[in-house]
Amino acid sequence: MDQNGFELSFPATEVEASAGIAALAEQLSEQGLPEAHAGDVRIALAEAINNVVEHAYIGVEAAQVQVNCALRANWLEIRISDTGLPLPDRQPPEGIPASVETELQDLPEGGFGWFLIRRLASDIRYERREGFNHLFLRFDLLSSSNG
Amino acid sequence: MSLTSTVTGDAQVITVNADRIDAAMAIQFKEDMRSETEGGLERVILDLSGVSFIDSSGLGAIVASMKQLGGARRLDLAGLTPVVEKVFRLTRMDTVFNLFPSLDDALTEDAG
Repeated sequence: MDQNGFELSFPATEVEASAGIAALAEQLSEQGLPEAHAGDVRIALAEAINNVVEHAYIGVEAAQVQVNCALRANWLEIRISDTGLPLPDRQPPEGIPASVETELQDLPEGGFGWFLIRRLASDIRYERREGFNHLFLRFDLLSSSNG
Repeated sequence: MSLTSTVTGDAQVITVNADRIDAAMAIQFKEDMRSETEGGLERVILDLSGVSFIDSSGLGAIVASMKQLGGARRLDLAGLTPVVEKVFRLTRMDTVFNLFPSLDDALTEDAG
């Protein structure tokens, strides 16, 4: 693998995002993302894109999600860009997961998104610039998959 | 979203005929699970062997499906593929459900 990069844009709706995430995962595999990392990348990518669809465009007209991927021998960097609302406090949430040690009816049905992104990505960077949100997810590809 | 339901022994087996359970289908999945399991057997086994991907919304829909069954019935999960299994493990939901490598394993396990 030398240098591979591509981008994909789609409307910020759940249905378009579902197809977009599947297409991105397929394209990353075709471009040589090692199988051992493919699952982790897809989980983090899906959670980050779902966050945009579910939160960034609340109360404003939904626009596009743009995803840029840069794949090298030792790392993958994914940039997710949108023109929605900035993240609260202009930084990625800590993502502390709800406890599962509760009664059945109190089990959490959500709130795992940022936790999963932080567990699976090697590095996270967020920028708010000229009306755009840019979330950078970096994955080191040298070591074997964590967890 | 497409679910298939059969009865095998003392368990209802629900098979997910979709390659992913994600945010786009979570609500439909939860509703379909509700109608499929209404008034049914005590033990429900969800066969996930055809599902290659799940996100946290899909996970939430499975948790909601178990809540819908109430405390007297149980939802067991069978045939988790690697990425699905990883999402359950990272969120520690693997400690909440009974997980079986395959549907056969789930069916041969004593329901008690």
